[in-house]
Amino acid sequence: MIEKALSGDVRAMARLISEVENETARSEKIMREIYPHTGKAHIIGVTGSPGSGKSSLVNRMIASFRGQGKTVGIIAVDPSSPFSGGAILADRIRMQEHSGDPDVYIRSMGSRGSLGGLSKSTYEGALILDACGKDIVIVETVGVGQSEIDVVKIADTVCLVLVPGMGDDMQIMKAGIMEIADLFVINKSDRDGADKVAAEVQLMLKMFHDGTGWYQPVTLTSAETGSGLEELSDTIERHRRYLETSEEGELRLKRRLQWEVEEIVRRRIAKATELAWDRRQEESVLENLYRKETDPYRVAQDVLVSALDEVRSGQYV
Amino acid sequence: MSDRKIRVVVAKPGLDGHDRGAKVIARALRDAGMEVIYTGLRQTVDQIVDTAIQEDVDAIGISILSGAHHHYFKAIIEGLAEKDAKDIIVFGGGVIPEADIPSLTEMGAGAIFGPGTPTSTCATWLKEAVAKKREAE
Repeated sequence: MIEKALSGDVRAMARLISEVENETARSEKIMREIYPHTGKAHIIGVTGSPGSGKSSLVNRMIASFRGQGKTVGIIAVDPSSPFSGGAILADRIRMQEHSGDPDVYIRSMGSRGSLGGLSKSTYEGALILDACGKDIVIVETVGVGQSEIDVVKIADTVCLVLVPGMGDDMQIMKAGIMEIADLFVINKSDRDGADKVAAEVQLMLKMFHDGTGWYQPVTLTSAETGSGLEELSDTIERHRRYLETSEEGELRLKRRLQWEVEEIVRRRIAKATELAWDRRQEESVLENLYRKETDPYRVAQDVLVSALDEVRSGQYV
Repeated sequence: MSDRKIRVVVAKPGLDGHDRGAKVIARALRDAGMEVIYTGLRQTVDQIVDTAIQEDVDAIGISILSGAHHHYFKAIIEGLAEKDAKDIIVFGGGVIPEADIPSLTEMGAGAIFGPGTPTSTCATWLKEAVAKKREAE
């Protein structure tokens, strides 16, 4: 299946993503095998509040990249219900005009409990698209608030989409989401107040920029009319070249690799502890705790030790 | 710890513009814990088939009020077969006369739910159908 996907078979590629998303027994093997094929695509993150027009903007971006002859993969994340675990994934409604194009692959994902704006498997999904030969991979986050910034960990270029009417300039000075943008996009520029938002963002950038490195550009767009889209794709290309020609590109890749390893470690420990804890509970440890025959710290220590024993025995490789 | 969600495309083929039924069923399947890829109105057969394959879904639910149910079911089922995706379940609802149901199921439709069907009936049926399909894999 992996070979089929790498040679461009859409069904096989879609299946690989599902395996990884469902964390099946094969998922780790899949990621290890595709790993040598990754690293060619430019990963673009598109984030912003709900209803700011991210999907429509992505739809336009697909068209401009296709115009340049590039192949495009998209992963669009929408929130999963914290109650039922279900989700309505409706980002691709805005992109359906591209569904017949064999060089465009669109995949919707539910956030499945993750709170950073992506799902746990979004990055793996992007890597699979990269390995399967997509030149551009666009990751669209769920509609975010002020602090869902996971996209910055996985994207080469982060586009933050703002719209008129979002508040005064103090909103722009706040920490969190405003800090992760490589480029600002003021969408719905045909509406009143777009110029004002753009001016405020620009002023803030000027005030706080240290004068070195990348200067975040602000682009006014209208996903509805398509205005500003050419400028946006030029800006994205300029950022890609900046990453290639400065130390920043290498720095980011190394940071991403570090995060990736940490993430794998965290997941394995979580899995192992979960199993170890389940086993402990079968041994009526809760009953013992209830009767104060032991304490939670001692139990936690025991769980960790048996979890690490399991990791050592290599059950999770 | 594998949590294999049921994924479904809900689509409305053709030109009629009434999508309330499709939205009701999408929401009901969401509340039953499924991931519903909602593609909106006026989808072509090719769009529906391509979407189902790209999204690696277990099933396609289509809503048809126009009377063209024979045409769309046939085209979608054939389209899936052509792309080596016969295993994807196709079911539907809308205004479909009872008398037409046998010929649709013969064609390969998994189930047809008429107006007034409780949404839970549909979700329960789909869960069972997907479980059976996965067993066969």
